[in-house]
Amino acid sequence: MKTLLKSGVAAIAFSATATAAMAEGKVVVYHWFEYMPQELIEKFTSETGIEVVMDTYDSNEALLASLKAGALGTYDVAVPGDYMVEIMAGEGMLDTITDGELSNKGNIAPEWADPSFDPGRQSSIPYQWGSTSFSVNRDVYSGDINTTDILFNPPAELSGKINMLDSQGEVLAMAALHMGIPQCSSDRAQLKALNDMLQGAKQHWASFNSDTAKEVLVSGDAAVGQIYDGFGAKAREEGANVEYAFPSQGYVVWMDNVVLLDQAPNRDNALKFMDFLLEPENIAAVSNYARYGAGVKDVAEHLDPALATLPESNPPAEAGDGVFIQVCSQEVQAVYDQIWTNLKK
Amino acid sequence: MARAKYDIKSFPGFFPITVLCLIILYAPLLVVTIYSLNDSNSITNWEGVSLRWYADVFTGPESAKFKVAAWNSFTIAIIAATVATSIATLAATAMVRGGKFRLRTVSFGLISLPLMVPEIVLAVATLIFFNSIGFTRGYMTILVAHIAFCIPFAYLPISARMQGIEDSFEQAAQDLYATKRQAFTKILLPLMAPGIVSGFLLAFIVSLDDFIITNFVKGAGVETLPTAIFGSVKQGIKPNIMAISTMLLGLSIVLVTLSYLISKSDNTK
Amino acid sequence: MAAGAASGGSATTDTYKEARNWLLLPSWLVLGIFVLMPVLMMLVYSFLTKEFRGGVIWEFSTDAYDQFFFDRGLFGDEPPKIEWTYITIFWRSIWQAGAATLLSLLIGFPTAYFIATRPEKTRAIWVFLITIPYWVNLLIRTVSMKFMLRDNGPVNDFLLGIGIINDPITIVNTNFAVQLGLFYSYLPFMVLPIYASVERYNFNLSEAAADLYASKMTTLRRILLPAVKPGVVAGCILVFVPSLGSFLAPDLLGGAKNFMIGSLIEEQFKGNAGNWPFGAAASMVLLSMVLIILMIFARQQAKAGKEAS
Repeated sequence: MKTLLKSGVAAIAFSATATAAMAEGKVVVYHWFEYMPQELIEKFTSETGIEVVMDTYDSNEALLASLKAGALGTYDVAVPGDYMVEIMAGEGMLDTITDGELSNKGNIAPEWADPSFDPGRQSSIPYQWGSTSFSVNRDVYSGDINTTDILFNPPAELSGKINMLDSQGEVLAMAALHMGIPQCSSDRAQLKALNDMLQGAKQHWASFNSDTAKEVLVSGDAAVGQIYDGFGAKAREEGANVEYAFPSQGYVVWMDNVVLLDQAPNRDNALKFMDFLLEPENIAAVSNYARYGAGVKDVAEHLDPALATLPESNPPAEAGDGVFIQVCSQEVQAVYDQIWTNLKK
Repeated sequence: MARAKYDIKSFPGFFPITVLCLIILYAPLLVVTIYSLNDSNSITNWEGVSLRWYADVFTGPESAKFKVAAWNSFTIAIIAATVATSIATLAATAMVRGGKFRLRTVSFGLISLPLMVPEIVLAVATLIFFNSIGFTRGYMTILVAHIAFCIPFAYLPISARMQGIEDSFEQAAQDLYATKRQAFTKILLPLMAPGIVSGFLLAFIVSLDDFIITNFVKGAGVETLPTAIFGSVKQGIKPNIMAISTMLLGLSIVLVTLSYLISKSDNTK
Repeated sequence: MAAGAASGGSATTDTYKEARNWLLLPSWLVLGIFVLMPVLMMLVYSFLTKEFRGGVIWEFSTDAYDQFFFDRGLFGDEPPKIEWTYITIFWRSIWQAGAATLLSLLIGFPTAYFIATRPEKTRAIWVFLITIPYWVNLLIRTVSMKFMLRDNGPVNDFLLGIGIINDPITIVNTNFAVQLGLFYSYLPFMVLPIYASVERYNFNLSEAAADLYASKMTTLRRILLPAVKPGVVAGCILVFVPSLGSFLAPDLLGGAKNFMIGSLIEEQFKGNAGNWPFGAAASMVLLSMVLIILMIFARQQAKAGKEAS
């Protein structure tokens, strides 16, 4: 009780100092919870004198919905995933960074300097990236796992023991790779086939869940789980005999990015924050904490050596291509929604 | 009166069902407590006993965040439940003791409205509404939203209780020259106590556990425990949450024991 | 008076008639501004044109309701048929919520009764005991619940151990698990209102019935239940109505292979679809459905009350 009271007093004191510091200058960051180490935030504040005020969201879509509902103009930067950067840019929610405004822009790794979702990095910088594929329990199945058949047309041992992410984007992108059709195809025959294939695959799935995607693998409730690479690694480190697959048909790559929001109330501080995160040493600290890849040059020397050898971040030579989730046109998205509803009705 | 009467108060099977009910409620918490002592990063895989997650809650790099979140959750839940219970008690008095009136059904509909609307709809709508009236998001917006949606949870037990109290007591008090206000505070309120306590507790746990609405109406820098827990999608849920949960349980049990001891020493009257 | 108490005392009195409006004012204000206004706004939204990826365009449209009731095929250009998808989802949710309510009542009523018949000093402790588990976050509680119910989890081990079953029963990811999830989410909401009612029950009535040679069950059915009906009704409303829109616990336990109303609507605001008018329309359908159920219920109650007097 006493400690609770104490921490409560600390909390009030904490928020009081936060308010006091606002006058000095702040940057309001809309971020995922626990995606940036506290030490790094403190380092930024001590280097620049700028207070970091953090708000959190739990999914890209929640971020979009919140900004759409009128929260734009109260945040300086946010950290959307790849496809959400494109959507937000299309919605006019992002500000353009003019040349020279970011002194560390040259630090961006060449392969991430001109991504499809933000050509020329007009409004964003890389934060973390990784892949979304699936992990298979090797105690249950010992055959070849580097094929999307494991998810959509599984061997008998795995049927009924598959957990899919409860996310339309990730499931349909993987399904398109499985069928070898382009994402967001507007071809009616292909869409119809996609719908039918998913209807047939559903019988093999035990559940859709994102919140406990890692837990079901560790507990053994699921023998196959669609999962992010970092969670796959964590499941393995927690003792599950799971292997992360890189299907020959391809797999999904994701990248979270720091974007400069339109109507940012503290635009200059936001740019300083972005410059700070482009320093190899700083972004490496994020990677060491979050266990995902950084998109900045010369980070290797600052990285935890264990990260470089993670099987989850080192696709074998025969793996298919990693692809970003594409942003569909309104017409195709309507059909995708229908397919998703059909799948879960 | 010749017949040997059965014990009118007890029904066979009610006690075992109560025990079953408590087992259902507490067994999962036993799992939580055990895994809070897990010497692993996992909340599902057991790797031996350790207190490291308790240490993490107090000294870990993220400990300040969780402390603030716990503090916010608790203060909001206590204030919201108190205000909602007060409002609900007044409303129940009007609805049960206010005679027949035309807006009675409408009022009941209004009071139950937060139950009927899916949370996400209320969340998005409230956010749009707050933004349109220029209400800056933060602690206050969460508090106001919580007060509003806690009202029906407090109201229903309170009004159910009041319907079981004959108003002859208050009438008798008034016959003895008590004012209406005295009849209300001295007679009705004490009789209402179990209903009010029930309503308060329900409102309290509803507020404490709310995620969807809080997630939308909270502002920068204000986190509650549920938003911290559901927001951990990038790192996964760690056993520190289990440790925090166990300590909350411990705290609540201490509070209950204290209140029991106080009520016991109060025996003199 | 005894008759009034036996029928639940549900007849309202007018002791505080003059103060009525003042007593109601705080709830009208708070709920009117912070709940009714947003809900009315959503009603308006349900008749607007959807903006791609969330938001609305301020043009009148009935598309959202059309989508709810008419099936125009995968590509939206076939002649309209009746759309069963959403009706099925609604029906499923009603059914699951109903089953969960029944389950809560079966466990909750005896528990509430037992607590209410304890010595006065210990009742408060029992009431706290029922709510303490809910100090722990829903997600954590549900994950642990799932752990308990797994094929090789403690529940199955126990049942196997005492020999009730020979093979582990699969509970997780079934319809029953959805009901368990809802039941587990809302159990205290059944127990506490019933407790508050039974606690007030005058056991002399039971005694009188026993003196007149009524059996235990008859006393329960004819005397006790009618007297504590307001509590039972309050409990059922508090479990059934929120269950309809709930999805977190049932999805985690039940596997989320089928939409519940709550997850369907959530998807419209927080999913790829971003179809706010449709989400608003589905909520309005849900809202009117619940209102109708509650009104039928209230009418029957009033009828029963009249007959009793």
